[in-house]
Amino acid sequence: MQKILTRHFNQSDSHRLDFYLRDKGYEGARKALTQMTPAQVIDEIKKSNLRGLGGAGFATGTKWSFIPQSNPKPKYLVINADEGEPGTFKDKYILEQDPHALLEGIIVTCFAIGSHKAYVYIRGEYLKSIERVHGAIEEAKQKGFLGKGIMGTSFDLEIIVHQGAGAYICGEETALLESLEGKKGFPRLKPPFPAVVGLFGCPTVINNVETVSCVPPIILNGAEWYAKLGCERNGGNRIFCVSGHVKKPGIYELPLGTMLREIIYEHAGGIRDGHQLKAVVPGGISASILTANEIDVKMDFDSLKAVGSMAGSGGIIVMDETTCMVWAAMIAARFFAHESCGQCSPCREGSGWVYRNVKRIYHGEGRKHDVANLPGIVGNIGGNTICAFGDAVTMSVGSYVQKFRSEFEYHVSQGKCDLLLNLQESAR
Amino acid sequence: MKEFISEIDKITSQYERKQAALLPILHFVQEKRGIISSESEKEIADYLGIPVVHVHEVVSFYHLFRQKPQGKCHFSVCQTTSCALLGAEEIITHFQQRLGIKPGETTADGKFSLNVVECLGACEIAPMMQCNEEYKGLLNKKKIDELIDQNR
Repeated sequence: MQKILTRHFNQSDSHRLDFYLRDKGYEGARKALTQMTPAQVIDEIKKSNLRGLGGAGFATGTKWSFIPQSNPKPKYLVINADEGEPGTFKDKYILEQDPHALLEGIIVTCFAIGSHKAYVYIRGEYLKSIERVHGAIEEAKQKGFLGKGIMGTSFDLEIIVHQGAGAYICGEETALLESLEGKKGFPRLKPPFPAVVGLFGCPTVINNVETVSCVPPIILNGAEWYAKLGCERNGGNRIFCVSGHVKKPGIYELPLGTMLREIIYEHAGGIRDGHQLKAVVPGGISASILTANEIDVKMDFDSLKAVGSMAGSGGIIVMDETTCMVWAAMIAARFFAHESCGQCSPCREGSGWVYRNVKRIYHGEGRKHDVANLPGIVGNIGGNTICAFGDAVTMSVGSYVQKFRSEFEYHVSQGKCDLLLNLQESAR
Repeated sequence: MKEFISEIDKITSQYERKQAALLPILHFVQEKRGIISSESEKEIADYLGIPVVHVHEVVSFYHLFRQKPQGKCHFSVCQTTSCALLGAEEIITHFQQRLGIKPGETTADGKFSLNVVECLGACEIAPMMQCNEEYKGLLNKKKIDELIDQNR
């Protein structure tokens, strides 16, 4: 299996320009700037089937083509490095270990969309990432890869690093724009979409770190090569993040469409000793949970959607049989209640309501109708809010109740967890 | 902010609109002064030419901005799913017992403060936390005891 995104990882000084240049570094950008037109670059990315790897899976080339070139306003590229989806930690590795891959991707992307200024919005806690990207920008400037007249062409580009300040919602692209403009992170009502009215009211593309880092190899090796690495309509590889009850938690770069079972049992070493798989979240906490019987699924955007979940950010959280699903639902609900930005009432009120309800059930204080009420409460959040956060509450918490309802009902009727009982019995 | 106005000007000059510099200015002021006080809010608002309520709204929205001082050694323990699956609850309880404080509190001697936070993007080293700004993972009671003893 050919590694692309992670090919430089775990080698000393992989974040330095000298290192990057030894492996065709900035050759993709040179090719785009000197041998291609912006339209050709966009076309190549479209053909590569590169999808947005931040979570939404939107076709990258198509997103770029939405930028209205007739608009006289400046155009912006904003890199979403506000990695915060629970279970996800891949962008951190790219930012820390291969920041030049991102910068080169930014150059090509800006060239394609006609932008001369890019912002990299990095989550506030990722201090090492921020330091590494700053360092890489300085190195690139000195070599003439950034600034005025890049690589001897007439193309100018400036990159600014912007530090976030600890709010999950700012990973939502329009909340991120608000935050970048110096406001609290309230998602914007769409339309207008950022491609038309984005940062400072100007046409803006917002792309994830990993997505943009895929761009230089595509330009260098061709769209066809990249598309073939993945599966139908899902080009290339992505970095899967595996955590929870597995033997080898970590990042695994694999083709889109790799089977979930293979990722868990072959790459991540399987379930920790003496235990069995119970459930798995396949694409960050916002994705519907899958039971142990549902892991024979291809890990691409379309296949996971077809089974009622989503590929999301590639964060795979594995739970073994010792996990009480009411408890796990409570942890997820607590996260959403804490991170709801408070703009839309169904989400602001609903997420807290869901958390209080599940918490009560978990602690054996559930009321008679609590379980029956849950699908209705979670179901009235999604679809009724400005951004997809509401849908995530519905999808995530709703799936625990739907797939493990008997555990919820046992908690209410018996006032305790049936899991401990089952575990004790199986131990006998 | 007169004492570091040139640095603030430099930050602001990167942006098309002055207000866009608000978050970086807040980070900078907090680094210099430890917290964002009401006085700092007023100074920043005047500098950017925006209402002070706007600055306060931003300070209170983002949890990395602090309005009260924290301990010299500040623990932010992750409580989200991957960490929870591997024992975050026990870690938090152990901290509470050792330090005699609850999440959100600081010890009387000002040496330690404890906070419980949502996912920090390091699930591969769960259970994990930030000790001041540094990520520390694969936590257990022994590691926590050592950290506390080192910083006593």
